[in-house]
Amino acid sequence: MLLPRWLLSDRAGLVLLAVLVILGVGVPVLNLLVPADHPLHLSAYTVTVLGKYLCYALLAVAIDLVWGYMGILSLGHAAFFALGGYCFGMYLMRQIGTRGVYGDPNLPDFMVFLNWTELPWYWSGFGHFGFALLMVMVVPGLLAFVFGWFAFRSRVSGVYLSIITQALTYALMLAFFRNEMGFGGNNGLTDFKEILGYPLHADETRIVLFILSALALAGGYLLCRWLVSTRLGRVLVAIRDSEDRARFLGYRVERVKTLVFTLSAVLAGIAGALYVPQVGIINPGEFAPLNSIEAVIWVAVGGRGTLVGAVAGAVLVNYAKTWLTGALPEIWLFALGGLFVAVTLLLPQGLIGLLRRRREVTS
Amino acid sequence: MVSRTPFCAGLAGLALMLVALLTSPTLYAADDATLQTTLVQLREADFAEKAALVESLAAQDHPRMATILKALADSRLYYQTDGDRVVIGLNDAAEITIEDAVSGAALGQAGKRDLDRITANNRLRGMIENLLASLGLASADPQQRRLAVEAFLRSPNPVGAERLKAQLAVEPDQKLKELLTVALALADLASEDATVRAKAATAMGGWTPSEIRGPLMQAAAADSDAAVREAAKIALAKTEFRLQMLGWAETLFFGLSLGSVLILAAIGLAVTFGVMGVINMAHGELMMLGAYTTWLVQQWLPVNWSLPVAVPLAFLVAALVGIAIERGIIRFLYGRPLETLLATFGVSLILQQAVRSIFSPLNRSVATPDWMSGTILLGPLEVTLNRLIIVGFCIAVFAALWLALQRTRLGLEVRAVAQNRAMARAMGVRSARVDALTFGLGSGIAGVAGVALSQLTNVGPNLGQSYIVDSFMVVVFGGVGNLWGTLVAGLSLGVANKLLEPWAGAVLAKIVVLVFLILFIQKRPRGLFPQRGRAAEV
Repeated sequence: MLLPRWLLSDRAGLVLLAVLVILGVGVPVLNLLVPADHPLHLSAYTVTVLGKYLCYALLAVAIDLVWGYMGILSLGHAAFFALGGYCFGMYLMRQIGTRGVYGDPNLPDFMVFLNWTELPWYWSGFGHFGFALLMVMVVPGLLAFVFGWFAFRSRVSGVYLSIITQALTYALMLAFFRNEMGFGGNNGLTDFKEILGYPLHADETRIVLFILSALALAGGYLLCRWLVSTRLGRVLVAIRDSEDRARFLGYRVERVKTLVFTLSAVLAGIAGALYVPQVGIINPGEFAPLNSIEAVIWVAVGGRGTLVGAVAGAVLVNYAKTWLTGALPEIWLFALGGLFVAVTLLLPQGLIGLLRRRREVTS
Repeated sequence: MVSRTPFCAGLAGLALMLVALLTSPTLYAADDATLQTTLVQLREADFAEKAALVESLAAQDHPRMATILKALADSRLYYQTDGDRVVIGLNDAAEITIEDAVSGAALGQAGKRDLDRITANNRLRGMIENLLASLGLASADPQQRRLAVEAFLRSPNPVGAERLKAQLAVEPDQKLKELLTVALALADLASEDATVRAKAATAMGGWTPSEIRGPLMQAAAADSDAAVREAAKIALAKTEFRLQMLGWAETLFFGLSLGSVLILAAIGLAVTFGVMGVINMAHGELMMLGAYTTWLVQQWLPVNWSLPVAVPLAFLVAALVGIAIERGIIRFLYGRPLETLLATFGVSLILQQAVRSIFSPLNRSVATPDWMSGTILLGPLEVTLNRLIIVGFCIAVFAALWLALQRTRLGLEVRAVAQNRAMARAMGVRSARVDALTFGLGSGIAGVAGVALSQLTNVGPNLGQSYIVDSFMVVVFGGVGNLWGTLVAGLSLGVANKLLEPWAGAVLAKIVVLVFLILFIQKRPRGLFPQRGRAAEV
């Protein structure tokens, strides 16, 4: 076989990759080639929603890597997601050019509105696609690196770490709400027109973004799967199960933690960057602590420490959310809250754990 | 606003009627007649005669005197042909709401055409103003005398100054004496004699009201005499210093007030998190329940009585919900703090949505009792009463909790379980029961905090969410399992926030404090006052 052993033994992962391939081929076909009045036709809206789920799934994989394998419950991962989104949103903002309401060739609308005369220094360079892509990874990664290095070096762990990650995302939310920050304040960045010269609202562009999301998810999954199968992956699990013991054995726990935490943040940033052009807006609400916790519950529902479970959980919970908020908006928070309680009490291993247990019972 | 309930409004109305019946017709019957004739004369008089009439009015010591004179100065005094009486207009519309000048009884509305305005000119107005001021000076009530002097400060004049001088000689109140002195100094600042002016300027130093500071600044900038300018400058510096001190004191008070709110929000958490090691993300929602309990109580009871009832009730409601959470969920998750965090977060979502479904997603307005509204003077500092009461309330709650933990059987057991669960169990402490009660205690305090919050912020389904990060920060900053740490942390964070606000703005101040806390935890992961000994190793 052409596949390496670490992938070959991962049956659930192969299923996931197969599903992604089918989606990556099937969705474009059903959207572009099947005529609009055919019952099998997928509307652009459905494609966007599916693409959104894939971005969430990538975020969930990133969280599962640090929570499921390293035991760090980050309640601030949506911050990295949102930072990646803002970086890419800035690129999209610069692409609007003179087509804004005020028609200013240099400044986004909200800056004209605030009577700013020139672009702040931190906006420079974001007109270039490549630079923006780099920043999508560098900004969340750098924040995670600095934050993680300090936190892990001083051995902040457990619930303390959870709480300060929550404080981090809360502080960022407050900061981005401020107009003076130069990121559009309350309204965030929106009203995007095109990406690399292609109109953002065209079906073809959406399909390409969808395929990119599927590729990113597959890539992110493979990277994490490979990582946890290496020696480093074993160290991660050792840290999760007994941090002190791993340290006494001579592993530089804080370095491992910082490295993996940073990697996870970069993945979250990429997910955010793919998310923004598909939903067409990024605002400070994405930093809300609730978003981070919601993402954690996706992982918990699917089963942490499985990676595949994170993907499944993200898609399932978000599908339920889309459906419930449309059909019974009153019920959604009850359902979500109940899910938190039920999963922690009854399904500590998540859905994947449930499946595995059943297989063990039958075999 | 007298009250919200019809019952209470009726009661108040009855009381007012009784007062009106008992006092006005009997006590002032004779005076009323004289006053009435004088007033009617005013209508036909020219300005010179009016001046004489006003003098004679002032001589009659009638309780409505000040009101009538003020109405005349404001051109709100009318003669109503229909009924041959003088009335006071309360507004200036086409249909004027009027009351009887002599008795003060409401007379409904009257068209402008049916009323004949009794005019006044500026000379008359000035005269009335002085009369009113001096009327106050002669009053037995020190508050009236103070108002009289303050009226003089707004419009200093030689005639008034003479009266003040006379009053200064006999004034018994020390504070008023000082005020009289500075008022006279203000009058002296207009003197021809430069030495008098310089002396006056010196005497005016340290007085912050703008009526005194303004002329002093003018003197410092533009007096013809250099010595006077110099004296005024020195006096001004004194004033500025005092103003700065007042500003600091005010900031400090605001900080204490914010700090006490933070403490109230965090102290229940300190019990559940500190003693039991349980992260209760639904803590904010328990506060919300307390706030909604207050609102419900106010639907049944008059506002002034609602809070004393709401406090124990909110404690009970939140405590029961807390115990239900502990028995239903948390006890299955001991030893797995991260799972507890997630499960209680789920509970918080459910509680939020439940409140949203039952009480609507809109904010509910909780009324402030009369005895909590208004301001009070703390020395030279004017503070709002509700904030002051909440600071006191916070101290009371803290003291009560401290006593409960130190002096009661339950407190002893709680501390025993917190220090060493296995050992406590071996000694016969029923740890499961203690856990439930501890959680109930912490939750109940959250409910009580909610009552206090209902007096400060909007009561809505999101009330709890906005405090949860802050209160965790306070507990972690203070050191888990340490009530005094929570107290110090809450106060210092509150004061720091308010100190930063002037130069950074409210939001940025909050961000700065959050970032500081994140950094602080890196340096001292166990907070300001970490637990020492074996308990810390758990």
